[in-house]
Amino acid sequence: MNRQAQAAVLFLLGAVLLHAGATDLALRYVKADLRPLLLLSGAVLIATALATAWYERRRGRRSGPREHAHPEPRVAWLLLLPLLALILIAPPALGSYSALRSGTALQKPYAYGPLPDGDPVPLSVVDYASRAAYGHGRSLHGRPVRVTGFLALDRSGAAYLVRMALNCCAADAQPVKIALTGKLPPVLRPDAWLEVTGRYTPRLTHDPVNDGPVPYLEVTSVRPVPVPSDPYDETWNN
Amino acid sequence: MAITEDAPPGADVRPAGQPPGRAGRRLSSPLVLTLVLLLAVLAQSPIRGLLGTPAMQSWMTVFVAVTVQALPFLVLGVLLSAGIAVFVPASFFARALPRRPALAVPVAGVAGAVLPGCECASVPVAGALVRRGVPPAAALAFLLSAPAINPVVLTATAVAFPGHPEMVLGRFLASLLVACAMGWLWQRLGRTDWLRPPAHGAHEGATRGEAFWGSVRHDIMHAGGFLVLGAMSAATLKAAVPAAWLGTAAGIPLVSVLALAVLAVVLSICSEADAFVAASLTQFSPTAKLVFLVVGPMIDLKLFAMQAGTFGRGFALRFAPATFALAVAGAVLTGAVLL
Repeated sequence: MNRQAQAAVLFLLGAVLLHAGATDLALRYVKADLRPLLLLSGAVLIATALATAWYERRRGRRSGPREHAHPEPRVAWLLLLPLLALILIAPPALGSYSALRSGTALQKPYAYGPLPDGDPVPLSVVDYASRAAYGHGRSLHGRPVRVTGFLALDRSGAAYLVRMALNCCAADAQPVKIALTGKLPPVLRPDAWLEVTGRYTPRLTHDPVNDGPVPYLEVTSVRPVPVPSDPYDETWNN
Repeated sequence: MAITEDAPPGADVRPAGQPPGRAGRRLSSPLVLTLVLLLAVLAQSPIRGLLGTPAMQSWMTVFVAVTVQALPFLVLGVLLSAGIAVFVPASFFARALPRRPALAVPVAGVAGAVLPGCECASVPVAGALVRRGVPPAAALAFLLSAPAINPVVLTATAVAFPGHPEMVLGRFLASLLVACAMGWLWQRLGRTDWLRPPAHGAHEGATRGEAFWGSVRHDIMHAGGFLVLGAMSAATLKAAVPAAWLGTAAGIPLVSVLALAVLAVVLSICSEADAFVAASLTQFSPTAKLVFLVVGPMIDLKLFAMQAGTFGRGFALRFAPATFALAVAGAVLTGAVLL
């Protein structure tokens, strides 16, 4: 790859990083805190591209085209792959396929915070699952809850409501699962985002992958919702 | 296959007798780049169809995620290392080191902390140090310690292991220990004729600005290419190998340590990003994770290729296995004491 082509690749890469960092696109792949760094590095990449093009022009004027002393790295062509993946495909956030391949990452919490206001109580998947699995639902005081996540169906057709919890990037994302029972719609599509309203039920199952606890939720109503701007649960970062 | 690209320059020389390339004869890279981009845009929908299966999609997501997450760290490291390479005279390093090589080794090892780059950046710097008269033993200690103990990598490690500062300390101590041990080993057993001195200056330019931006450009393209390679293998591992498979290895102490050591070599992840991957290997013991963090920045597939390119194949073939063995031993020792 000669220097003009390198300048073009650097420019495109910088532009894509700026685009991903400025929109919600980056949230499909990395944690929200990384966005300022993405914008900064995108700007540096564009500056490098411009500097390369400028020095290359000056060099051309000074001495005419010449062979470079050493070959430019050919491995750099690989940089086109993430570029094309982000521009053309922009793969979605991890979904039910990854969720079913790894075990639930539910951890015993240190304490249960006060329930938020509202009827039904809005809770995250992680919050409901830990209250139900480790606190026997006592901290829920029998109130109805509303949980948002995506749907995953295992081989037997059992339905789970899942949210992937993330530390840094999608490579370390781990699922937290709630098993659904009760009034479910007749047709279930995996990866559909749902807002589920229901009640605590003492039933508990275990994840076949890592034997982690998966509590049940007795569903009373289900509403399809659009994919949230941040598809991951990042509460573990704070 | 792309790893062979970095073989010694001899492999890249065009056959004798062929005239030096004229622009008209060769397919120029801007043309190839334009064609690739155009074709990719034209073939968008079949490509999307091919990649539509859930397994391929999750592979793509992890691949893009690892790349996007590591790029800011790579850019930061490359900027700083270009600044040091261009604005700090190399003679400074030669003056700053003690005369006695046995003392120069630990000093150079600790000095690795001032080069906040990933391993891709430290190879050219170590090559420049050798060229400007730094004892090879000291330059090699620097080469091994710099990618592991610099502030950027240690900060990333602290972020990846929240609430476990002993992991950061363990990484620092074990890496420094192994780097110094390798330096002293080279001083006792190493022979100068194994080292092929680099043939050319890494980044030369008419002005400091040109040298700086040239270094930034070269390092981003070079290290970025290898980063993509690492992200591809990491995504393949995550998407293709069942979690239960690693889980089996994680159960047996000795096997788990060796498994993660080999994984670190094969994955070739940039040292600025490897802590996050280590943190995601939740089934493994802290000592096994420490082995992953110590081995990865010192020796992996892309480093081997880069070392062979900079110092010669004869050097890399002797240096790499010794580094691997010492790194595993050093990390296990540190892990046994600290974790």
